[in-house]
Amino acid sequence: MIGFLISRVLQAACVIFAMSVLVFLGVYAIGNPVDVLIAPDATQEQRAIAIAHLGLDKPLWHQLGAFLWRALQGDFGRSFVYDMPVADLILSRLPATFELTVLAVVCATCLGVPLGMYAGYRPQAALSRVIMAVSIVGFSVPTFWIGLVLILVFAVQFGVLPAGGRGETVEVFGVPWSFLTGDGMMHLLLPALNLALFKFSMMVRLARAGTRELMLTDTVKFARAAGLSEFTILVRHVLRLISIPIATVFGLEFASTLAFAVVTETIFSWPGLGKLVIDSITSLDRPVMVAYLMLVALLFIVINLMVDVVYALLDPRLRKGRA
Amino acid sequence: MSSERTSIIRWFRGQSPFARFLAEFAENKVAMIALLVVLTIVLVAVFAPLIAPQNPYDLGQLTLRDARKPPGFVGTAGYTHWLGTDAQGRDLLSAILYGLRISLQMGLLAGSIALVLGSVVGTTAAYVGGWVESAIMRVIDLQLSFPAVLLAFVIAAVLGQGVWQLVIALVAAQYAYFARTAHGAASAERRKDYIEASLSVPLSTARVVLRHILPNSLPPLIVVATVQIAAAISLEATLSFLGVGLPPTEPSLGMLISNGFQYMLSGRYWISIYPGVILIVLITAINLVGDQVRDQLNPRLKR
Repeated sequence: MIGFLISRVLQAACVIFAMSVLVFLGVYAIGNPVDVLIAPDATQEQRAIAIAHLGLDKPLWHQLGAFLWRALQGDFGRSFVYDMPVADLILSRLPATFELTVLAVVCATCLGVPLGMYAGYRPQAALSRVIMAVSIVGFSVPTFWIGLVLILVFAVQFGVLPAGGRGETVEVFGVPWSFLTGDGMMHLLLPALNLALFKFSMMVRLARAGTRELMLTDTVKFARAAGLSEFTILVRHVLRLISIPIATVFGLEFASTLAFAVVTETIFSWPGLGKLVIDSITSLDRPVMVAYLMLVALLFIVINLMVDVVYALLDPRLRKGRA
Repeated sequence: MSSERTSIIRWFRGQSPFARFLAEFAENKVAMIALLVVLTIVLVAVFAPLIAPQNPYDLGQLTLRDARKPPGFVGTAGYTHWLGTDAQGRDLLSAILYGLRISLQMGLLAGSIALVLGSVVGTTAAYVGGWVESAIMRVIDLQLSFPAVLLAFVIAAVLGQGVWQLVIALVAAQYAYFARTAHGAASAERRKDYIEASLSVPLSTARVVLRHILPNSLPPLIVVATVQIAAAISLEATLSFLGVGLPPTEPSLGMLISNGFQYMLSGRYWISIYPGVILIVLITAINLVGDQVRDQLNPRLKR
């Protein structure tokens, strides 16, 4: 087990290194931030000073080496646009994205799994068809368009919910949170609903497929023969068996919600990470782009590593076979 | 009517596997309607220049006096704008028909390149085996754990706006799904006796792979392809909406929605909403067809 763990951690480290080089080269190969950031009427001298200040005069490999060394120490440089350390910038935007993501994923799971199980248990029932129709729409319809419709209906037509922003926030240990105030919660509702719909559809489909397959198995047959009630079978046996893939997806989805948050935050002008990265792409703020990408890559690799380790704990064959 | 339908179904039953497949497909009314919708939309997009009331990108046909008018408005040219007009006085129905062409082209282009690339990678991995296989599949798995939206978004952002840049981003985000499917199917075939037999005849490697392994791993690839084409269309719209997709010279549905976004808060909903409705109908219909095909090909649901 120790050997397996070490090899997996080493692999993850290699992947992180490769990702950071790729991200750095990819991002730094595009455009010339000098043209964007320095006024066109600046003198040659001013340009030179600015370039030296931003560290753009060094050769690329030198910039890469310096970047990697500083990244190891948690220093991602200064944002060209905000002129503050990128790490601080990202940390200041993280709570907004975090509360949005958590609310969306938790709601989606708590609603999606029971409804999906029902749809798998009674595939022909009218309610199941409605659930599946909603899930297919949620799966098919691009997130951004749902967001537009939500704004149109609730903000423009009825005017009951705000169309954007974070609303009132409360500081807890110096971190502002929206979900603790009524006004903040109102602002949180639409973006969270928007973000949750795709996850909800995914959970419904997963739970339905699992339940449908399990209802045909001997496990259920024997449980019925033993005289258990249908409800007990569903909650005690089926739910437990389908919870393994659902837990995996929950973990992975949690990270991928960050990706969808980019879209949702743009529409609802929610001041989180996604909005930050979109703005940094349009303004060619390369340190912010690189740091964001590295953060997301790191998150994914760590979650994958955790999933691998948990699987290995559950299934001894994996420890020998694939290590 | 219904007896006629069942008799058609019964007639198909005795036929080739493909005909039986069609008959089973026809039993699901929802899937049949979805298939009809997809075909109609494709036809409408192909014949857009003949159907559309105006050529939305011929500036000579546009008048700013007609700009941002609601659905049902009769324009200065004398015909009704059933879906209203956009900020340039463009007939929205025509813009949608032309936008559909671009969206469908992007979806098909990216989807088919991803299909070919993914099948080559997946089948190669399965056929070669050994450390090559584990290395390739490790990369694929890693990539699959990364959300496609984010990957495409990053690549599109790095490469900049443009048709080919976007195709690269979409393919890079999607080929992994095909590779995983092709690998699964091909490695199952690889172990079967008929492949052993054909290799010991000996037939050439290329022949075994192309004529035997590939055709037999086709069904699951087709299922993935339907879903992925829908995903590519949706992804393209999302990226164009975020401003990292197609250039403004290629007004796809996503671009139309994005252009209308700024007018939405003032209540001019139609510029964004109608292109979106068509987009959703298209994607949902493709997914419904794909769902039915998947259910039919899944042996675990058959008792």
